[in-house]
Amino acid sequence: MSAEKKTDFQIVNHSIPRRDGRVKVTGKAQYVADLRLIGMAYAKVLRSPYAHAKIITIDKSRAEAYPGVHCVVTGYDLDGLNPYYGHAVKDHPLLAIDKVRYAGEPVAAVVAVDERTAFEALELIDVKYQELKAVFTPEEAMAKDAPLLHERKFEAGALRGFEGDITAGKGSNICQSHKIQWGDVEKAFREAASVVEGNYYFPMTYAYAMEPYVAVADVTDQGVNIYSSAQHPFMVRHDLKSIFNLPVSKVRLIVPFVGGGYGSKSYTKIEPLVAACSWKAKRPVKLQLTVEEAMLTTRSDDAYTWMRTAVDKNGKIIARQAKILMNTGAYAENSPLVVEKSTNRCVGPYAIPNVLIENSSLYTNTIPASSYRGFGCAQVTLPGESQIDELAAKIGKDPYEFRLANAAKPGEEFFPGMRPFDGTLKQDLDTAAKAIGWGTPLAKGHGRTVACSGSDAGAYPLTSTAVRVHADGSVTIMTGSTELGQGSHTVLPQIAAEALGVAYEKVNVVSSDTAITPYDRSTGASRTTTLMGSAVLEASQEAIQQMVVMAADVLKVKVEDIQTVRGGVRCGEVQLDWSQVISKFYALPDGEVIGRSYIRKSGKFAALPVFWEAAATGVEISVDEETGKITMEKLATVGDVGLAINPALAEGQDLGAATMGMGIGLFEELVYEGSQLVNGSILDYRLPRFSDLPKQVELHLVQNQDGVGPYGAKGGGEASLNSMAANIANAVERAVGVRIRQAPLTPERVWRALKEKERR
Amino acid sequence: MDCEAADTLAEVLRNQLNLNGTKVSCEVQVCGACTVLVDGAPVSACTYLAYEARGKSVTTIEGLEKPDGTLHPLQQAFIDEFAFQCGYCTPGMIMAAKALLDENPKPSRDQIIHYMDGNICRCTGYVPIVAAIQRAAGVMAKGSKT
Repeated sequence: MSAEKKTDFQIVNHSIPRRDGRVKVTGKAQYVADLRLIGMAYAKVLRSPYAHAKIITIDKSRAEAYPGVHCVVTGYDLDGLNPYYGHAVKDHPLLAIDKVRYAGEPVAAVVAVDERTAFEALELIDVKYQELKAVFTPEEAMAKDAPLLHERKFEAGALRGFEGDITAGKGSNICQSHKIQWGDVEKAFREAASVVEGNYYFPMTYAYAMEPYVAVADVTDQGVNIYSSAQHPFMVRHDLKSIFNLPVSKVRLIVPFVGGGYGSKSYTKIEPLVAACSWKAKRPVKLQLTVEEAMLTTRSDDAYTWMRTAVDKNGKIIARQAKILMNTGAYAENSPLVVEKSTNRCVGPYAIPNVLIENSSLYTNTIPASSYRGFGCAQVTLPGESQIDELAAKIGKDPYEFRLANAAKPGEEFFPGMRPFDGTLKQDLDTAAKAIGWGTPLAKGHGRTVACSGSDAGAYPLTSTAVRVHADGSVTIMTGSTELGQGSHTVLPQIAAEALGVAYEKVNVVSSDTAITPYDRSTGASRTTTLMGSAVLEASQEAIQQMVVMAADVLKVKVEDIQTVRGGVRCGEVQLDWSQVISKFYALPDGEVIGRSYIRKSGKFAALPVFWEAAATGVEISVDEETGKITMEKLATVGDVGLAINPALAEGQDLGAATMGMGIGLFEELVYEGSQLVNGSILDYRLPRFSDLPKQVELHLVQNQDGVGPYGAKGGGEASLNSMAANIANAVERAVGVRIRQAPLTPERVWRALKEKERR
Repeated sequence: MDCEAADTLAEVLRNQLNLNGTKVSCEVQVCGACTVLVDGAPVSACTYLAYEARGKSVTTIEGLEKPDGTLHPLQQAFIDEFAFQCGYCTPGMIMAAKALLDENPKPSRDQIIHYMDGNICRCTGYVPIVAAIQRAAGVMAKGSKT
């Protein structure tokens, strides 16, 4: 709980229109796709048709001779670079070297005067492969005679973001293992009054940012400059620094507006490849992937989960055990962290005295999996929240009451060693239940449920910022947080304006340029409002402290005699605003004060997670028993956000997340047939559309100022996704009496389950 | 101006005319991000060949704001209703909505959903976009009465 609860906010906690509104509705907002540098060439990528194959030879001579082609780059043209990268495990070559590990892996890149020429020249590259045995599921990857995807031992990445060991590179296909354990699970299950047990599958999904991956690189003797649609420019900088063996100061990542991320633009993606192209072509190069190529670049980890959960005779959950196998694809990317997070997120947000969760991710010959909104939480909340409903039904309890009775309480240390729970699940669930009309009569064929999740969110607390107060009283925030659409360019100025007592319109943001903006580890894990928001608040306060000292100097009084007021200082009868303080201090109407802040794992951020991201969702669905089609009648989201700096933006994040979760619950799934992804295009991968809108939508926030962020704020924007697939599965069970333990719940799956039920 | 036979309208708008407001995403006229109006009708500029627009009037997102800086009621409503996040689908979304309101100034919720189904937004969950179109319709109805 925050010590002091403030309520008389002038600027924060108000739904101020977005800072990027005007540029985005007029088409003037600049994305990397819109960028053209003088002398810029264009790259296109040749991809492997095989899932697992040795590269015998690559003949690029005909392509290089094609008019308009500057050069062709392969994995054998990279002498002088360290071609393997990865923030967790350096297992990923920027172009395939010696062998390919999935169908769609980049094998060569053509750099030409324009995209069309580069595309045409791809056909002229002749690659001879020798196909190898491939594995596509964790089970196949673990088989005794399974081929190894990676033979060499890896250098661990420097920035993996967790404290455990890296498992990869130890002679098996296991990428990462993680385990948590407390209490005595075997004893608890022996003594349980009731137990549910089942196998669940969460599919491979694609985040589908409307802007596919795009980057422009300009590599010169001066260093590496890259414009990219990256969520975490500083993490990408680290990979580039290693690849080119340069000091950090010679690598510059610039990120303008990003056309959607949802985790898929976390960490390094195409930047090493486009940088290598520029290095080879000796000119700026742009690489823009198509949607189909973007779908071959990253996806969510799919997860096979066996889980069981037990209650005692009083309906108290006493134990949970799970064994999870995640499919991480050909390269580790961020999956080691996803494994750790999904392990932890099997527990929350319930207080369970006996827990054993074992989780491994396996390398397979499929698209590399990585971060995806919710970070492993959705994968395990499908089984977790399904089992809560299954147990409630088994012991004859109302599932909503059953959740309330077992949910972690505010301040409870329900996860040993972690930050005590900082949310209010009772209020979250109450709000969701009320919003969907819990307890009111329900039509035949309809089902109504609530579900929740609690994620150890916020990632690693390492964030810095500078808040510059100018002599005219306007302010510039220098932030490494990227504007992905989540609203950081609006929320951060709100915080600075509130703290400095200046008009919101006077605060500007400069973001995500590693040469200019101070270090921020990442823009993900719902961390920006909490961590960068705290940094902006602290830096604003530090600027005020400096200006108090300056005012004392100007007024020739003691610092103790200066009193701060909104937007300035007072000393006796004299009142000066910030503009006057700075102008008088420098004796010119110019100059500035720079407030700084460095946040690390210390003080109020010593305990991890930075915060528990909690949310509840409620749904009412109906099922057409003839076709198996599910219709969303009602949707309610409840974000437990501490304090919404901008309530409209916070609710918008929740609805966006819930809609992605609904997509996974109803129809989103990447499908492999043998070695090939068969629905890797927008024509075949089904996304939520206008016509999928639930008939009734309610958005709610719970604001108890119980977060460690500015004014008691916590993050949001992922949690409403996490419980949606389970919620839909639970609602289907209530509507038509079939339990489906696999997402998405396509009409065919529901129909088959109904037929199966009829037969029994 | 000249263009090649294979040039799409989106390529000509973006690369030759520097009208970068029209965004390209799926390139197979499914997502609606590149929607522009040709003689008032919405088309996908990603697949519409530039030469087909000969002698026709093309309206892009850049054409909605008045020279004095006044936004079109749809643009203002998208701001007021928080009807975008990343903004990549927004120009196409607004152009499609303009075509709808030009054709049907008072659409019902169902008519909006039906008409706009060819435009994909991955950020918002659509609810605020429907609200923005309804709000703009209201503002435009008032404006036309006075």
